[in-house]
Amino acid sequence: MSKTKDVLVSPIFKNNPIALQILGVCSALAVTSNMATATVMTLAVIAVTAFSNLFVSLIRNHIPGNIRIIVQMTIIASLVIVVDQVLKAFAYEISKQLSVFVGLIITNCIVMGRAEAFAMKNPPVPSFIDGIGNGVGYGVVLLFVAFFRELFGSGSLFGVEIFTLVNNGGWYMGNGLMLLPPSAFFLIGIFIWIIRTRDPAQVEKPDFEMAPNTKKEAA
Amino acid sequence: MSANNDTIRKTILVTVLLCVVCSVVVSAAAVILKPMQVANKELDRKSNILAAAGIADPSKSVDELFEQISTRYVDLETGKFVDMPSTYDEAKAAKDPQQNIRLDRSEDKAGIKTIARVQPVYLVEGSDGSVEKVILPVHGKGLWSTLYGFLALEGDLNTVVGLGFYSHAETPGLGGEVDNPSWKALWPGKEVYGEDKTDPKIQLIKGSVDASTADAEHKVDGLSGATLTANGVTNLVQFWMGENGYAPFLNNLRAGEA
Repeated sequence: MSKTKDVLVSPIFKNNPIALQILGVCSALAVTSNMATATVMTLAVIAVTAFSNLFVSLIRNHIPGNIRIIVQMTIIASLVIVVDQVLKAFAYEISKQLSVFVGLIITNCIVMGRAEAFAMKNPPVPSFIDGIGNGVGYGVVLLFVAFFRELFGSGSLFGVEIFTLVNNGGWYMGNGLMLLPPSAFFLIGIFIWIIRTRDPAQVEKPDFEMAPNTKKEAA
Repeated sequence: MSANNDTIRKTILVTVLLCVVCSVVVSAAAVILKPMQVANKELDRKSNILAAAGIADPSKSVDELFEQISTRYVDLETGKFVDMPSTYDEAKAAKDPQQNIRLDRSEDKAGIKTIARVQPVYLVEGSDGSVEKVILPVHGKGLWSTLYGFLALEGDLNTVVGLGFYSHAETPGLGGEVDNPSWKALWPGKEVYGEDKTDPKIQLIKGSVDASTADAEHKVDGLSGATLTANGVTNLVQFWMGENGYAPFLNNLRAGEA
């Protein structure tokens, strides 16, 4: 039981796919300008990672090693198309905003990374849970970024006005940078910084030691 | 176990089975959900038309409100109504050489290269059959994207009721302010044409419009920090209101000859 819990919980902070593994950053920039799209994207990614892990794991003993990546991609791509179709049918407004990024879940490294790294070697149930855990880990970062971007960029959360914008006769001047994708880099950076301050084990060894050439003798 | 997975037989078997299963799942999802998606698209289009025309009533559904609007089709070359099947899609027609008009670079203000020869227009008719409002689909290039929207005119075919875009990818906070309700509120009451009814005068200007200047009724505030999007909006409105757009039709309608 504790192992199951570990599989579910550890990807959220301890082994977060974005913060530690730095996977799937590109969609984290694109869909986080407001909470609603970030939430739907999170749910879509959770569904895709969980089920792709489940199906890959179910047939893992029959997948020929030399075409395993293609097999995984086929499963993932099919699931993503299904998710996209479901969104278009049930959440049309949101799916319009997410547009191409639902389709791009296919290329999200988290999904494929978990299928290859976990589902190929573990039974279906833990794989499914691992998928949910990693989806949630991705979602936590997405929602963290979206929270600050929407609050400081548009003065609202889930479209509900928190700060009244100057444009609408209020006092808050929206921060334009927050609405543009690059702001997510800063926010993800800060998120990683917070996590690694709390858990210094995640800090990587520097690839190169800085040469002590700041002193006159060294130069 | 994994060793005999790599035989050619097994590889082909797994591939074929996987492809069959996946294609069944994908096509099933597409087919089953298709009616709902079409309904959603239709509903979205209708609510955008209603929003441009300034028709809103929270107590009624979009479909109920849309009953007062009649959809007609207009041949842009002759400016007359034509009959079209309800499945007609002007976006597809714009790409079909049989059904489109290729625009010369000098004519192509909106930057869209081709337009469909037949465009849908939406009319709100009074009880005596007179036209109260006309809603015209418009589109054109902004800075990053093509803006798609509707421009609604009063029964005099000159005064703007509203302009709204339902699809664009301009910069949020800058060009994306075309969706800002307070900017959209500047449009109603503006006049598209001056004396000459084929030459649209309406335009976006830099800064805000001083109501006391001459032709203030043809000018709308620009979008700060979004000059190129604002130019795009000016160009697309002028194009569609001009002689290659709806002007011949509007003139016919005015003369009662459409």
